[in-house]
Amino acid sequence: MSMILDPKIPSGPLEKKWSKHRGESKLVAPNNRPKFDLIVVGSGLAGASAAATLGELGYNVKCFCFQDSPRRAHSIAAQGGINAAKNYQNDGDSVFRLFYDTIKGGDFRSREANVYRLAEISLNIIDQCVAQGVPFAREYGGLLANRSFGGVQVSRTFYARGQTGQQLLLGAYQALQHEIAEGTVKMYPRTEMLDLVLVNGHAKGIVVRNLVTGEINTHAADAVILATGGYGNVFYLSTNAKGCNVTATWRAHKRGALFANPCFTQIHPTCIPVSGPYQAKLTLMSESLRNDGRVWVPKKKGDPRSPDQIPKEERDYYLERKYPAFGNLVPRDIASRNAKEVCDQGRGVGPSGLGVYLDFSDAIQRHGESTIRERYGNLFEMYQNITNENAYKTPMRIYPAVHYTMGGLWVDYNLMTNVPGLHVLGEANFSDHGANRLGASALMQGLSDGYFVIPSTIANYLATQMGKKASTEQPEFKAAENEARCRINRLLSIKGKKTVTTFHRELGLLVWDKCGMARDAQGLQEALQKIPAMRAEFWENVNVLGDGAEFNQALEHAGRVADFLEFAELMCLDALERNESCGGHFRLEFQTKEGEALRDDEHYCHVAAWEYAGPHTRPNLIKESLGFEYVKLSQRSYK
Amino acid sequence: MNFKLKVWRQKDGASPGSFKDYDAKDVPSEASFLEMLDIVNESLAASGEDPIAFDSDCREGICGTCSLVINGIPHGPGKGTTCQLYMRRFADSDTIWIEPFRAAAFPPIKDLVVDRSAFDRIIEAGGYIVVRTGSAPEANSLPVAKHDADLAMEAAACIGCGACVAACPNSAAMLFVSAKVSHLGLLPQGQAERESRVIHMVRKMDELGFGSCRNHYECEAICPAEVSATFMARLNQDYALASAKKVLAV
Repeated sequence: MSMILDPKIPSGPLEKKWSKHRGESKLVAPNNRPKFDLIVVGSGLAGASAAATLGELGYNVKCFCFQDSPRRAHSIAAQGGINAAKNYQNDGDSVFRLFYDTIKGGDFRSREANVYRLAEISLNIIDQCVAQGVPFAREYGGLLANRSFGGVQVSRTFYARGQTGQQLLLGAYQALQHEIAEGTVKMYPRTEMLDLVLVNGHAKGIVVRNLVTGEINTHAADAVILATGGYGNVFYLSTNAKGCNVTATWRAHKRGALFANPCFTQIHPTCIPVSGPYQAKLTLMSESLRNDGRVWVPKKKGDPRSPDQIPKEERDYYLERKYPAFGNLVPRDIASRNAKEVCDQGRGVGPSGLGVYLDFSDAIQRHGESTIRERYGNLFEMYQNITNENAYKTPMRIYPAVHYTMGGLWVDYNLMTNVPGLHVLGEANFSDHGANRLGASALMQGLSDGYFVIPSTIANYLATQMGKKASTEQPEFKAAENEARCRINRLLSIKGKKTVTTFHRELGLLVWDKCGMARDAQGLQEALQKIPAMRAEFWENVNVLGDGAEFNQALEHAGRVADFLEFAELMCLDALERNESCGGHFRLEFQTKEGEALRDDEHYCHVAAWEYAGPHTRPNLIKESLGFEYVKLSQRSYK
Repeated sequence: MNFKLKVWRQKDGASPGSFKDYDAKDVPSEASFLEMLDIVNESLAASGEDPIAFDSDCREGICGTCSLVINGIPHGPGKGTTCQLYMRRFADSDTIWIEPFRAAAFPPIKDLVVDRSAFDRIIEAGGYIVVRTGSAPEANSLPVAKHDADLAMEAAACIGCGACVAACPNSAAMLFVSAKVSHLGLLPQGQAERESRVIHMVRKMDELGFGSCRNHYECEAICPAEVSATFMARLNQDYALASAKKVLAV
């Protein structure tokens, strides 16, 4: 029997839903809050802001991160900015327009109510962050500055040089440290969640491993909040940090939480091209560069000339040619796909042929080198450091790379999964970006979920849990802890011939090839054949040295790759089941005459939420249909 | 390229450590320093030897996790973090010494990994502006002069890696502390707690076993975020003023 998913969208007009919901939500009185223990896993923008705010409200919070300090979560690497519908530029922006741009950018595969709430809260986020001392860029008059990002025609992006994620995270981290000092939050760094513990079907705790001592133990709470980021590292090479992983969300999925839209992955158009097989990660060049950089390739195939030898008329500024209205600022999925297309035509540049130019010479001519240096100096330096090329003199070479994952655990309007008590925030949930995320929206969502949504919505669950305390002495905790320990012992006892990294790289190559920028049924079926075999080999032939009761990085990696090997199959299955193209999910069989994504709203205007059904059983697909009352579904056009 | 490595190996904080020799073979010059170590670790693992433990995460120079002393210099030659160091900076068949950040306040965990949570304790002591979520005024109601905002950003750029401490002969954390004190103290939002902040942070820094500053400026020279030593002057000024006011109770 299939379960019915209730997204719990409040009734009433779009612009009133959130305030109405807050008005009708249950409350936990201040004197009762310290009686509730909350677990927050992850300390990025969503996790740190949630832990700090919940602590401030008086709840008793434990926060866990695998990094050595909460300040190092990967949100820190976001460069470009954060969107907010402040309309400070007087260029026609509004909450509705941010909402509309986000829905359209996501190719009409997200929930109207969630996205509208996000756009509304964007205003509060900027106020909050400025008050915390986030040093956003300012105009000479002392007011806040903005810039443009892809997929929109207004300037609504707030930024702190090329380090916006860092500054926003430090703001949230500092708020978190303040709560730690106040004693409302206890922090557990270098601690990894290995499993979720359910008691009577409710999320009541987690199993963790102390990464320094190797000690495994459990923590009980009244509710569990996961803010553990995305699964981009399933592709091995991505712009994610090395430690980013799917383990927390995948473990929760195996305990019953639905995984939604796993095939919605974002390939970012402006990354430094891959240079060789030794490479451990890819580096992003902020999308903000597309404000001033012009993307082109030679018109001729295999043109051997250096870029300065190719006259303007022999260059194809293909984004400007195909999308005159948005030009170089088309959304990420479109920019990426077009880069792939010109490279597939043999017009790619650089040693591998997998690259396109991002050229600043016109901008330098127009604004002067010093202005460009002021805007992007650190990015140009980073580029030079990695490639040994000076982008002030010669165009950058860029190529798309895996960057963000829109899919994640299914949550309702309260950000609670179908497992009572389990809440999911930020990139780890599926909720706001549909099939493609617009630039500068990830930071917005992480902080919206953490500072403003969960502190208000979690009471709806907690109010039903008075006097229902779980304890780590319960058999459910002992059993989950034991399972985690057995799994680690098993990984250590295989003593095979191949390293963990070898498996990870093989898996990454396979999913990049079959489930990357372009997918088709045949390739996906092939991947679905190969992944189980790869997984079987992993469990027979992986070599993890050392033991469990110590600092053991190979063991950490092994546990994460084991989960990626399971998760990858679900991602490919989801991609195969979605017989349409939308946003970042581009199925070769479904495209318009012009090669754009061809949606099938009649059959696929839904969230695909997958229910785990056991190790060798096909998961169940549960659909949440998406209703659009305020926007008209249309073929996305950026022409 | 090929290299001779001399790597600090230490089982855990309780055991003594020593340098061990390794060969890094067939390393592409485009590889980063950490990718070179990945290559060495893959070959160690294949031969059944415990891989070299080292910290890294974002590998794009911003998270501050990587923390190696290379040939005696925190983060190695050139500006930037360890992860942004590329092998083309070395000559073929160079001998390279690799050690952890060493400081009493950063106890060793394993091999090249140390515990830098003392930095978190310092921030906890006052490195924030207290803002109850949701109570903030409209963002543009408080203009901040561009010059102040830019200078605050320069201080705020600190990535908290701890190289300043590792480079300092006294293992002082002055640059780190001064960066946060200046970032928040330069902004109008940070004035209410300016005095208590500086006093609490400096006291915590002393308590945690960081040494005192003797103006060597090694910290500024190696800081990957290019945090300026002038912020330390600002810290001293703020601290002196706040202490004096406290003593005089004004």
